[in-house]
Amino acid sequence: MSNVIQYIIDGIALGAVYALAAVGIALIFGVLRLVNFAYGELITIAAYVLAVTSNWWLPLSLLAAVASSVALAVLTDRVAFKRLREAPPATTLVATFALSFALEAVWRLVFGVNGRSADVLGALNTTAISGAIDVRWVTIVEVVVGAALLSAIAIFLRRSTIGLQMRAAASDIRTARTLGVRADRVILSAFVLSGVLAAVVAMLLTAGSPLVTPTLGLEVTTFALVGVVVGGMDNLVTATLGGFVVGFVNAVLGDALGADLRVFLSSFTYLAVILVLLLRPGGLFASRRATGAERV
Amino acid sequence: MSEVATAVGLAVEGLEVAYGPVTVVRDLTLNVEPGEVVALVGANGAGKTTTLSAIMGLVPAKAGAIRLGDRSIAGFRPERVARAGIALVPEGRHLFPAMTVEENLKLGTIGRRSDDGLAEDRAWVEELFPAVRDFSGRRAGDLSGGQQQQVAIARALLARPDVLLLDEPSLGLAPKTVESVFEALTEIRRRGVTVLLVEQRAQLAIGFCDRTYVMAAGELRLTLTPKDAGDSARIVAAYFGS
Repeated sequence: MSNVIQYIIDGIALGAVYALAAVGIALIFGVLRLVNFAYGELITIAAYVLAVTSNWWLPLSLLAAVASSVALAVLTDRVAFKRLREAPPATTLVATFALSFALEAVWRLVFGVNGRSADVLGALNTTAISGAIDVRWVTIVEVVVGAALLSAIAIFLRRSTIGLQMRAAASDIRTARTLGVRADRVILSAFVLSGVLAAVVAMLLTAGSPLVTPTLGLEVTTFALVGVVVGGMDNLVTATLGGFVVGFVNAVLGDALGADLRVFLSSFTYLAVILVLLLRPGGLFASRRATGAERV
Repeated sequence: MSEVATAVGLAVEGLEVAYGPVTVVRDLTLNVEPGEVVALVGANGAGKTTTLSAIMGLVPAKAGAIRLGDRSIAGFRPERVARAGIALVPEGRHLFPAMTVEENLKLGTIGRRSDDGLAEDRAWVEELFPAVRDFSGRRAGDLSGGQQQQVAIARALLARPDVLLLDEPSLGLAPKTVESVFEALTEIRRRGVTVLLVEQRAQLAIGFCDRTYVMAAGELRLTLTPKDAGDSARIVAAYFGS
């Protein structure tokens, strides 16, 4: 029984982290219809900045991480995606792949291939509860921060004027523009928000495991993206739930599989994804009343 | 909108719009004087909606001038056109269906040039369109077609536009509802809002509007006044380009 509780706790914690990454991806998809495969690089740069600034005053280090991922998010839009607004989805998808691989090469050149330690929040990687079940502080922080941030985003989108405009743009950007909604401002807000989320994901990941490698963000993004697809891309809530489910399944399988099978963890997760998509092609939580679904 | 507005006119001169190699509007010149209600009628594919889209900045004009009052708005992005004082009620309403009526209306105020008089404008549209008040908390997508049309026009009016572009406001509505939409248009006209109306029900439009332009194959073919409303043969001939 304690094993099951342990699996669930670890699953919820990792699910919360993946849900945050899924929101970051779904926000951009909602507003721009852009599947941003390069989202992981925002996580990676924030993690590297944490590594480089690990001897700074903690709040300053965290702030630098947020600033770096937000700056990169805005820069990727200005340099690459803005020029491709009218391009077909296949073109923009390939562009995000290219950008991701190019940035990964940059991380290798600048930071090396062996990885850096970002032990900024290492204090969280200590035991909070021990006994039949073991809970680290970072697990508690992941759940609390995940829930708080997701709630804050929901309130922001519901209550603020820019949030309302983001939802309108995600639903029908053409009509939104005829009402005076400034498309550039809404898109910028989505990129800024996704950058902030990427930085938080980087903080939570490095708190649990401080080694930062050039592929850190890519690995998380691949799973989060799978979660977004599994949940249903057309709706921020279902996309978030999808991210959570993939994180949860990943953590539970990681705990439950024996050491000899754990190397196949990704394979088991993707197998579960294939099964879900075969049974529910529109996504695990996709509503039958697809018309009028709000993407953000 | 609480008081009769100082009306501003709309002028289009030599407008040409093409989708790729196909020209869909050619050398179109029309004028809507301040406070006038002018209709654009014609068969499907005549170029009516494309004309409104070009005025709104949704499709690029290949040639021609578009003026709102004394100001040239040709080449403006849609959001800039909206903020300059033109509001569009698109064909099919295009409400945000998952949002509440209240949220849709709030979005209508984004393009306002000033918040002065917002409360009065809100009271006026609620009086004009009771659905706005009665269903404010309901999802817009759950309303009937007639109620949605009321919300769509109310949303446009809350921008306090100088010029209101209405694309097929009667499309898909029951006769009784169409009647109430045109009653509302009478009130909007009384307030001094300049209106350019695209309408399939030609007889209704010709009888109601100060002038009616008949479009065929992307060109203006005829200008009619209310006294021509009974001249069916002339209208049909213009419709089909003969």
